[in-house]
Amino acid sequence: MSNLLEDLKDSAAAAFFALLIFGPFIGLRLSDNDAGNLGIATRPEALALAVIAVFAARLLILTWGRHRPAKIATGLGAQVQKTGKFIAPALLVFAVVMPLLPGLPNAYIDLGVLIMTYVMLGWGLNIVVGLAGLLDLGYVAFYAVGAYSFALISTTFGLGFWECLPIAGILAAFWGMCLGFPVLRLRGDYLAIVTLAFGEIIRLVITNWVSLTGGPNGLLGMPEPTLFGLRFSMAGGPGTFAGFFGITPAPWQRDAFLYYVILGLALLTNWVTLRLRKQPLGRAWEALREDEIACRSLGINVRNTKLTAFAIGAFFGGFAGCFFSARQGFISPDSFTFIESATVLAIVVLGGAGSQLGVVLAACVMIGVPQMLQSLQIYRMLIFGIALVLIMIVRPRGFISTRRPTVLLGKKPVAIGAELRAEGRG
Amino acid sequence: MSNVLELQNVSSFYGPIQALRDVSIEVPENEIVTLIGANGAGKSTLMMTIFGQPKAKMGRVLYYGEDITALPSYQIARKGIAQSPEGRRIFPRMSVEENLLMGAQVIGYEDYDANLKKMFTLFPRLEERFAQRAGTLSGGEQQMLAIARALMSKPKLLLLDEPSLGLAPLVIKQIFGAIRDLNRETGLTVLLVEQNANQALRLADRAYVLVNGVVTMQGTGVELLAKPEIKAAYLEGGH
Repeated sequence: MSNLLEDLKDSAAAAFFALLIFGPFIGLRLSDNDAGNLGIATRPEALALAVIAVFAARLLILTWGRHRPAKIATGLGAQVQKTGKFIAPALLVFAVVMPLLPGLPNAYIDLGVLIMTYVMLGWGLNIVVGLAGLLDLGYVAFYAVGAYSFALISTTFGLGFWECLPIAGILAAFWGMCLGFPVLRLRGDYLAIVTLAFGEIIRLVITNWVSLTGGPNGLLGMPEPTLFGLRFSMAGGPGTFAGFFGITPAPWQRDAFLYYVILGLALLTNWVTLRLRKQPLGRAWEALREDEIACRSLGINVRNTKLTAFAIGAFFGGFAGCFFSARQGFISPDSFTFIESATVLAIVVLGGAGSQLGVVLAACVMIGVPQMLQSLQIYRMLIFGIALVLIMIVRPRGFISTRRPTVLLGKKPVAIGAELRAEGRG
Repeated sequence: MSNVLELQNVSSFYGPIQALRDVSIEVPENEIVTLIGANGAGKSTLMMTIFGQPKAKMGRVLYYGEDITALPSYQIARKGIAQSPEGRRIFPRMSVEENLLMGAQVIGYEDYDANLKKMFTLFPRLEERFAQRAGTLSGGEQQMLAIARALMSKPKLLLLDEPSLGLAPLVIKQIFGAIRDLNRETGLTVLLVEQNANQALRLADRAYVLVNGVVTMQGTGVELLAKPEIKAAYLEGGH
């Protein structure tokens, strides 16, 4: 009974805050009257509805949640873990055959390319955030460096996509190190602020260095990726994919090819990450995330370890940027705003920092769902927001919050739940 | 007998606050040297100063006669000094095995298996817990892991910062027993920092008392145990 009273109190408090927040947002509305003057109209019913909804939802979560969610959450975790072995290969097979499914609308391949791009960015950032534990809010900077490197180098020197790809990666890695050096001593929130600023600096430089980057007008005219020199052109003819194989050119060929390029790049990122996790370097990253002081006392060169994490993460960010640039054929600073960094970070955190499969699932949710909900128009972002809040309530550490040891000698692995993360700091 | 470690008139600061004043201690080869002192006396600062964090502002830290005062921490560790830091600081989300692998990283993995066997003989519990997440170990097991992790780098000098912290008396006995065995059997040199003066002094070949960042007394463990001031201040709860 006292529980119910507590719940009611809590819900009332939630409703009160909802009133404070929604008061101006929902309760007041700017309106123009016939004379063309601006006035403020009030909407008490809508406000009341919103506040009541918050009250009811909070009460529901609390009363129902007292017994249920813990069980559901752990049950879900165990489920994902049990089936995890099959989910990953199944997803991979699906990802490989997806563009070849007959009758698939082109829009889906396009969406696939978009999701894969974010999966790749997520995997790249996962090295920095998930493994090394360095909270990076400016990851989009490396995406931008990769994109602009490709655009500038390809148009200036007439190089193709494949020649530029490693250059873009290396340049992004270089900037990763440039970011890494000044922030070596920073941790947590402070690191996040500086990386955020770094992302903005790169964007502002791109916007204002008009003579080099075209400023807000952006750059265009970069070449598309080719398949061993074969272009994908609707015109057909010699030197094109369709001409070489003697088939009718169709837009899906290009889209499917782009899809496989980004799939390949993403899988490369994943492969490198998984390999590195089993190497001393990857283990040092994870140890660094756990305890920096302990790392020092074990003779780990913390500076180099952090710099390699920044550089390798940025390297793959540069790859993704290069691909983005080549696919779009046009880039401008608008594509590299903070919201991109935030999205990629949300993918990593939502997926369960450090989990490769989690990134994939989160990217599908974060990128796929808003696209699917296009038809719902204005309620799209609302539903999306509610979904995120719900996920954070049910799985506060992300979809997949367990990590498996990277080395196993004989004994059965014991997966490591993040719920217990804070332990062991006696 | 040569000194593995020697601190000569070392002073350390945290910003403007002086934590160590003119501290000189010697750690001879094959001995267990104990440093006792109350909370805030500067014991852990002394440990960290040996490791260069913070670096000694005045004075010198010598390791086998070589000045290591200015070296970065990771290079000091690579010289053969291992530390089990205060509060254990194991990697909680990594398995016991991964923790031990991290310990061996500095010297490479040629002798890893042989070393691992030694650790299992020293602390059989670690073998039972091998695949388990380090954060789920009990406090005593975590301390064993912290020591084993430090030993995986085959150090010539082991620094132990309050290994008895927060542990049950029986477990403390086990751990101190293991330290003594290590010293007797392999000749490992140990610098032990402790608040638990009674046990620590019994173990020590040589001991120092640190008060407010200054060494106020030194002698063999047995000598210090017998001193009335020590008894009053550290052994009988200050009565």
